[in-house]
Amino acid sequence: MSTALPVLKVEDFTSDQDIRWCPGCGDYSILAQMKKVLPEIGVPPEKTVFISGIGCSSRFPYYVNTYGVHSIHGRAPTIATGLKLTRPDLSVWVITGDGDALSIGGNHFIHLLRRNVDLNIILFNNRIYGLTKGQYSPTSIEGQITKSTPMGVVDHPLNPISVAVGAEASFIARSVDSNVKHLAYTLKRAAAHKGTSFVEVYQNCNVFNDGAFSYAQDKATRDDATIELQHGKPMIYGKDRDKGIRLNGLNLEIVDLSQGKVKEDDLLFHDEQANSTLVYMLSRLRRPDFPEPIGVFRAVESQTYEDAVRGQIDQAIQQRGRGNLQKLFSSGETWKVGA
Amino acid sequence: MSTEAQPTSHGKAVKTVSGITVRLCGDSGDGMQLLGTQLTNTSALAGNDIATFPDFPAEIRAPRGTRAGVSGFQVQFASHEVHTPGDTLDALVAMNPAALVTNIADLPKGGLLIVNEDSFEDKDLKLAKLKVNPLEEPAMENYRLIKVPITRLTKQAVAELGLSVKEADRCKNFFAMGLVYWLYGRNMDATLRYINGKFGDGTSSIAKANEKALRAGWAFGETIEALGHSYNIEPAKLVPGTYRNIIGNQAMAYGLMAAAHRSGKEIFYASYPITPASDILHELCKYKNFGVCTFQAEDEIAAVCAAIGASYGGQMAVTSSSGPGIALKTEGMGLALMLELPLLVIDVQRGGPSTGLPTKTEQSDLMQVMFGRNGESPLPVLAAQSPADCYEIVQEAWMLATQLMLPVIVLSDGYIANGSEPWAVPDVAKMTPITVAHPTESNNPDGAFMPYKRNELLARPWAIPGTEGLMHRVGGIEKEDGTGNISYDPDNHQKMVNIRAQKVANAAKLLPSQQVVGPQSGELLVLSWGGTYGACLTAVQNAQAEGCSVALAHIRYLNPFPSNLGEIISRYKQVLIPELNMGQLRTLIRSRYLVDAIGFNKVKGKPFTVTELQEKICEMAKSGARSPTHSKAS
Repeated sequence: MSTALPVLKVEDFTSDQDIRWCPGCGDYSILAQMKKVLPEIGVPPEKTVFISGIGCSSRFPYYVNTYGVHSIHGRAPTIATGLKLTRPDLSVWVITGDGDALSIGGNHFIHLLRRNVDLNIILFNNRIYGLTKGQYSPTSIEGQITKSTPMGVVDHPLNPISVAVGAEASFIARSVDSNVKHLAYTLKRAAAHKGTSFVEVYQNCNVFNDGAFSYAQDKATRDDATIELQHGKPMIYGKDRDKGIRLNGLNLEIVDLSQGKVKEDDLLFHDEQANSTLVYMLSRLRRPDFPEPIGVFRAVESQTYEDAVRGQIDQAIQQRGRGNLQKLFSSGETWKVGA
Repeated sequence: MSTEAQPTSHGKAVKTVSGITVRLCGDSGDGMQLLGTQLTNTSALAGNDIATFPDFPAEIRAPRGTRAGVSGFQVQFASHEVHTPGDTLDALVAMNPAALVTNIADLPKGGLLIVNEDSFEDKDLKLAKLKVNPLEEPAMENYRLIKVPITRLTKQAVAELGLSVKEADRCKNFFAMGLVYWLYGRNMDATLRYINGKFGDGTSSIAKANEKALRAGWAFGETIEALGHSYNIEPAKLVPGTYRNIIGNQAMAYGLMAAAHRSGKEIFYASYPITPASDILHELCKYKNFGVCTFQAEDEIAAVCAAIGASYGGQMAVTSSSGPGIALKTEGMGLALMLELPLLVIDVQRGGPSTGLPTKTEQSDLMQVMFGRNGESPLPVLAAQSPADCYEIVQEAWMLATQLMLPVIVLSDGYIANGSEPWAVPDVAKMTPITVAHPTESNNPDGAFMPYKRNELLARPWAIPGTEGLMHRVGGIEKEDGTGNISYDPDNHQKMVNIRAQKVANAAKLLPSQQVVGPQSGELLVLSWGGTYGACLTAVQNAQAEGCSVALAHIRYLNPFPSNLGEIISRYKQVLIPELNMGQLRTLIRSRYLVDAIGFNKVKGKPFTVTELQEKICEMAKSGARSPTHSKAS
């Protein structure tokens, strides 16, 4: 049976709802890239489901013409898990933010990752609570002045990538809202990965935390402030591509490539299948001491949760036959009462 | 009602009685629950009507021999209908001093008391915090005390099998069982089958030892002079059919499976372990070959939300818990209500508040499930009345959930969840379908699909992902009726609140009206709900036999109330509402029907006794002096 598949277009994924994010919000760019890659991914709108929690980013499902659930704060991973367990045929995306995924929904976030449910979770990290108008979030940096921290944040921030490594996520990536090409590529990689694909996107909140990621966004600084991870390639960065990352014992260090003392072969070559200790070390690379990696930190194959769960159901049916309700009800010790 | 003891070929006489209530108690490691279950199944197989009450500590292994570690199992088996495990004991079997002193109060004078005298040594007394051996107390003369060296006799019985001291000691519950079986003329076959199934094919030394202990216990009964006769209990006259014994939580699982079968769905059951609800999960996870998918979530919230996800995908979604977990699920239940998706939420109540009394029973979550959500958020609430009724009620709940597109709460409680009774095995071929439809075409040919366009019951269509052209978004924010788009319009919000309330009210149209046991009008109406059914029914029947003008209306549908309930209430001069809480149904009834209902309330972690209810009922029915204070019941 062969039917010509209709070619999907951006319009197929565009809903009729007015978008209500603030003008200039980084969310627009993420939405645009998502709508651009969805036709390329090739799953039709009716087979695609976007599930979100609460927060600015969580309005996302209303703006794509697919199935969608705009749920409650932090719980999107759980709803997605229930859906995917029962409907493995669907392509499921979870849209979340730093507060949604790492604060109120932190428990669900780590359990989603460790179970490896085959879905994509995109975390819009803007280091602030936007929808509630400017309180600090679990990724706000120490000392950050926010509406609820007039003297500065004293909490130590969570690093989403480190958390994901700790939970042994099978796909971990980071991108930047304004780096549209890289973002589109990363979203496609996430969609292609079988298992939980976790993508952190640096997203600018131009109202409550403007410029939080300008170092990674601005053309003038981003080449020195970030390093793009490329599988099998040496870790080189800088406007003049003259700096590299080298593994020295159990530490990563920056080396100068311009003097010719250190060769490319001495550098760390990025390996998406590397052991999680190395991935963790990469996740700890932070400004200002290091450039911050963007790209795919980790991509390893491992059994998906729904395959394992459905597999046990299939196995039970294979071994015991399809259950017979009458037999079950009549099992055990029974007795008859005559008329 | 008993006959004179008749001699048998064994020489000992047999006395026929209409019913017996026995409590077996010992250390929680002594296997009392096993003993009780076996005695129950055997009595059920003998055709008796039965009701059971397992009562065990929350601790898995409380320090051995202490009062905290006492585990008990009470069973009433009879040749007539029984609805409770019995108030007063005919016999008490106590395996140690702690069990004896914590249970003796329930044994009336003249009752049979069987103790394991080997466990009344100084160290045992010390563990039970006793200075004097209770067996030497003068009060023992009130009972027919049979001191049996159970530990020693068990060891002798299994000596030839070369078991370790510990292994041999663990057979002593089977010795006690054998003695009880002899006493009540129970057939040992089912238990022998159990032993061989559980401990090997009859060749294993453990299986052999348990069998020997069981038979030795029986032989001891036959031999000892102190037990002059045994008892016989004729089969009960139940409605013809095939029966088996069923435990409440098991019946709940079976009911879910029947509901899935009737609606052509597969079960997605998401829960987080909690006493006393976990056994439903344990039961369902055995039936993967029925397509049942169980999900042990990371917490209660994840459980309810995963179920919501499955429901959105078109599956039969169920979550369960007990009071503390239901509190955590609150926000998720509100979401499901807003999304207008079918969902079953099972609350197996236990003693509260907070962690409360995890293994004890109570009916104190009614207000929580009625009102424990933010906003105007009514949901249907149904309550099972007995272990076997869990099977029925959960199917009714699923019918409502699918026909009205909303979450439905099913209340059970620790008493019926762990209790058991005979269950007439249903004929699967005769089950009626629960019709569930998923639209495949748009309900709005001229525009976008309208996910909140409603039918005559106000239910919205259950369109599921994967259906072309019906893409839609749902969410917890208030939405415009029809389109489902986000709406902050004031009139729309009022309209949606009204619709959601009316949907719940519409449930009454789908449910049978309230029935009354007893006179259709008169002096006193007893209004009860949930697991107190058996005790209330028995108490009302006893009071009727005493000549009291009293009727029972046992409510299984708590929200909405049956449409004829107000009219029923208006036909009686007085209303009594017994509850294992401080008056939660009473508050609802008083507020809804403006009736001066009287409460009879108890929160001791224990079910009502028939005696205490009967006393209260008779006192009110006979007073008659009270002037009727209600006139506005509607």
